[in-house]
Amino acid sequence: MSEAHSRPKLAVWKFASCDGCQLSLLDCEDELLAVAEAIEIANFPEASRAVVAGPYDLSLVEGSITTPHDAERIRDIRAQSKTLVTIGACATAGGIQALRNFADVEAFTRIVYARPEYIATLAESTAIADHVAVDFELRGCPISKTQLLEVISAFLAGRRPVTPAHSVCVECKLRGTVCVMVAQGTPCLGPATHAGCGAICPAYDRGCYGCFGPMETPNPAALDARWGELGADRARRERVYRTFNAGAPAFREAAARIAAADEEES
Amino acid sequence: MSEDASAAPRYLERADFDRLLEALAARGYTVIGPRVEGGAIVYDELSTSAELPIGWGDEQEGGHYRLRRRGDAALFGYNLGPSAWKRHLHAPRVKLLEAARDADGRLRFERVPAPQPRRAFLGVRACELAAIGVQDRVLVDGAHVDPHYAARRESLFLVAVNCGQAAATCFCTSMETGPRVQGGHDLALTELLDASRHGFLVEAGSDAGAALLEALPTRAADAADIAAAGAAVANAAAGQVRQMAQAGIRDALYDRLEHPRWDEVASRCLSCANCTMVCPTCFCTTVEDVTDLSGEHAERWRRWDSCFTLDFTHLHGGPARTSAKSRYRQWLTHKLAGWHDQFGESGCVGCGRCITWCPVGIDITEEVAALRALPDPSANGAS
Ligand code: SF4
Ligand code: SF4
Ligand code: SF4
Ligand code: SF4
Repeated sequence: MSEAHSRPKLAVWKFASCDGCQLSLLDCEDELLAVAEAIEIANFPEASRAVVAGPYDLSLVEGSITTPHDAERIRDIRAQSKTLVTIGACATAGGIQALRNFADVEAFTRIVYARPEYIATLAESTAIADHVAVDFELRGCPISKTQLLEVISAFLAGRRPVTPAHSVCVECKLRGTVCVMVAQGTPCLGPATHAGCGAICPAYDRGCYGCFGPMETPNPAALDARWGELGADRARRERVYRTFNAGAPAFREAAARIAAADEEES
Repeated sequence: MSEDASAAPRYLERADFDRLLEALAARGYTVIGPRVEGGAIVYDELSTSAELPIGWGDEQEGGHYRLRRRGDAALFGYNLGPSAWKRHLHAPRVKLLEAARDADGRLRFERVPAPQPRRAFLGVRACELAAIGVQDRVLVDGAHVDPHYAARRESLFLVAVNCGQAAATCFCTSMETGPRVQGGHDLALTELLDASRHGFLVEAGSDAGAALLEALPTRAADAADIAAAGAAVANAAAGQVRQMAQAGIRDALYDRLEHPRWDEVASRCLSCANCTMVCPTCFCTTVEDVTDLSGEHAERWRRWDSCFTLDFTHLHGGPARTSAKSRYRQWLTHKLAGWHDQFGESGCVGCGRCITWCPVGIDITEEVAALRALPDPSANGAS
């Protein structure tokens, strides 16, 4: 690579998360060299301690906002980033830690920490887009490394990434997987879930868990009625919407509606 | 097909069924036929009759499919699985184009040649033959020929099977596409199975079929064979519990574009697109362009799309069909009304796949009946 060719600068940022999504980038073993040739990895603490100062052309942001300090830091990162892409369920929907949004966080800190007064935390875990403008959201828990490479390639070419927002069902049908809901009566969240994983779970005879969050036009109420007919009890039906994407509006509302119907009945 | 003696039906013993597969293989055909995979019957490569779904039947209802043991050794005792032959003719993903920069920095485009496999489809039902005919009209007979479909279609050998029973989701009698095969096949089989025998009535539908039939160890079919075959097909017709009246359907739907039933079905519809994916006539695709990290290579892919996705109507400023109502209405009215205007026939062959494989069991026959039961209150002079 000639010095004259100036590569765009990439930064990878972490908020409340498990690191799994940013590690997907390191997981791209076969493509990592090509990534490094195409883009200058300027700030990626998981990969290298050498940090090049901003501004950055592309920032990949993992994790959700859970502390007042995070809320400040993301504004600073936005200011340093030409393009900001959030990666994974934490950054796009608040992550599994958004379960706190439905509970009493102070009570949690009292149980978990010896000195809860040292804990500065927000009542809710929220998506990055709730705090700053986001240019593109890449879904998944974890994200698919193929899709991450697609997003970076698209950024470099100045085009829209090919990451369709239709249901997981379309992926099932493209790969020729027999529908587990119809052929086995296994409750599946695929019809309400955003494509991207390649419909892995149904290919292994399991229902979709909703790792990629709500699809573009979800109808969880109609899907939930079917889950009920297939014998899934209230607790399970509520729980399935309260996982990695619990904070995504469509899933949050679905769980709340199921819980409310439960209370009405009992 | 030329008029000669080979048009007379023949009888093939079950014990000799593998001779048919061998004859196809000897003529260079890869045989694709029914196999049990993933709890359903799907069409995949096979080489012996032992790989067929021997003794399996299927139980179907809206949103429900189960394989069932029949208690006999029938080879074709099931009806339809989730995957239409469309998968093998109008493939889910096709690479259309590659582009790369050459040493002088110029962009070079290269069309990806369409593969021309030599294949025989085994076990094609009457409605499926009709569906292949419908896709032929869309993809090869019109002004714009799809070279990928055409190449796969070109050297196809079709071994059809007349149905001996209907699934609860079948309504081919309403659509006049079955249960007896009506043409477009090379060979047509009717399975004859009772306490005294297991064999097949075999009829040729083309010269290629007649030539292949001559190479098989058959005997002339007698009156009893022909009567038994007729009874089997009559059983499949009589077993159809669903209907969809066709008289005036096009205008009846066009007169009901604001019917309250669209809102009602939209409240149940998931917009998941399963119905369009399993439908043997739906042909819609989208094109995806991807580039690699170096920016030196690009590829253009075509993949199945559906009018249930938002991208399908993404125009300047956003999607045109934002409501589930507008998307469901597009699917139903395209199949049953607009198709008549575009291609002079219905876009539905009555296979029932969209009913079985809809995760919430939305039933096209029931929706049409509900729409037609009442006029559109907002329309004047609804028919
Ligand atoms: S298995 Fe799940 S994701 Fe796949 S088609 Fe069925 S409902 Fe959709
Ligand atoms: S609309 Fe439904 S019943 Fe008609 S051909 Fe398509 S899948 Fe079969
Ligand atoms: S019903 Fe929809 S997916 Fe099927 S052919 Fe018509 S527009 Fe295309
Ligand atoms: S009719 Fe059924 S299969 Fe079709 S999009 Fe609606 S829910 Fe999915």
